[in-house]
Amino acid sequence: MKRQLPLLLIFAFGAFMVVQYFIPHEASEFFYEFVALDWPPIVGVFALSLGTISLVRVSIGKIQRREPNWGYTIVTLAGLVSILIAGLPWFGGKQSTMVEWEFNNVMLPVTASMFAILAFFIASAAYRAFRARSALATLLLVSAVIVMMRFFPLGPLTETTGAIADWILNVPNLAAKRAILIGVGLGIVSTALKIILGVERSYLGRD
Amino acid sequence: MSIFEKMFAIDRRWVYLTLGIAVIIALLIPFSIPLPISKEAQSIYDYVDRLAPGDVIHLAMDYDPSVMGELQPMTYAILKQCFDKDIKVVVSALHQFGPTLAANTIDSAVARHREKTGETKVNGVDYVYLGYKPYPILIILGMGQNYRIPFPRDYYGVPLDSLPMMATIRNYNDVKGVLNVSGTSATDYWINYAQGRYNVPLAIGVTGVMATEYYPYLQTNQIFGILGGLKGAAEYEILTDAQGPAVEGMRVQLVAHSIVILFIIIGNIGFFAIRRSKNKAL
Repeated sequence: MKRQLPLLLIFAFGAFMVVQYFIPHEASEFFYEFVALDWPPIVGVFALSLGTISLVRVSIGKIQRREPNWGYTIVTLAGLVSILIAGLPWFGGKQSTMVEWEFNNVMLPVTASMFAILAFFIASAAYRAFRARSALATLLLVSAVIVMMRFFPLGPLTETTGAIADWILNVPNLAAKRAILIGVGLGIVSTALKIILGVERSYLGRD
Repeated sequence: MSIFEKMFAIDRRWVYLTLGIAVIIALLIPFSIPLPISKEAQSIYDYVDRLAPGDVIHLAMDYDPSVMGELQPMTYAILKQCFDKDIKVVVSALHQFGPTLAANTIDSAVARHREKTGETKVNGVDYVYLGYKPYPILIILGMGQNYRIPFPRDYYGVPLDSLPMMATIRNYNDVKGVLNVSGTSATDYWINYAQGRYNVPLAIGVTGVMATEYYPYLQTNQIFGILGGLKGAAEYEILTDAQGPAVEGMRVQLVAHSIVILFIIIGNIGFFAIRRSKNKAL
């Protein structure tokens, strides 16, 4: 029963979602709204609480055991507590000045800076990786340089560079992307069918 | 160590330093670069431009501050075009770090419009900001049924039914299209679920590294336009006559790309020279 019930539920809801997609009837739409749109957020709320409790427990344990970098864990907990308090209804909820202050003065500059630093790593990685060691590596190198050069004001060559870069993006790049997308799509369908039909059961765990 | 060996193995800190100095210089010294408008950007502009005053567009701002350098300018340009043409905008923000950013962006766009035209765009009348809800797939599907399912109230806590603009808007059938500006996989969800299931006309604005992923959808007409990274944002700024940070940023990007190409060339010169000398020695 412990294994059969989840399998039955998965089959019933999976099959319902597939069939429902092709039947735009009122009753079907009602069940779709009820099952697909209302239930998952409710489940999600419990999952979120579980995640938060787990984070706090793991973090406190790390601090108590003085594990390496335990100081950063204090920052994590401080961030969690401060944003929770700032978001309480008594402080104005999600639009409170405290939430806005934390977002504008902590979250915004930190995340923007982290992403900006990537430019330096990419420059360094490009310098080390783009070496014409073989025919394929040369092809990659030449393509990368042309695509990067598509913004360059090269006088009469500007249009030609742009056209070549567009061709690289729209022909070989697109062919490869399309093949990957179709492959991924077929993979998703087959995995979904395997789960719905109970062939793939690894999500149930071992016991 | 010979000069070629040095060229082959430049310490990464020199790369960082050169790039940093070049970027600062590019920021300080203004110069213009030609920016031809791509047909992907032009098609979005034309689509919005053809709409009549009073028509509604859904602007999905699904990004966080990490990618705002690329995506924020295109959002401003889109909002400017909509406000200038009296097109009403439904805004959502389906990234957990996005709702405050989106609220600030709307406020700035409204302030800019007021400063320029003297006209104040009013929440609930000229635009509606729905805010954020978790589980983007469900929210996108829910809005396809009825905006009120995932968002019974707007970001400011006002019931949607009490907003004049929402009186005639039930779901995607009542908006002329969705413009999704995103730095996440939310774009895939909009394509698969909003366009795929509800057939809503969809265009996207994504970061530079994401752009190539979505060209297949452009060829199959699942999306009618792409704004790719800073270049796409700069093109849209030019189209909407709102030249700003993206056009400025293209100058910096040009210099940064030049530095990267320069280092690639130096590295390869070193590589070939070393290989040649090794072959000679054999």
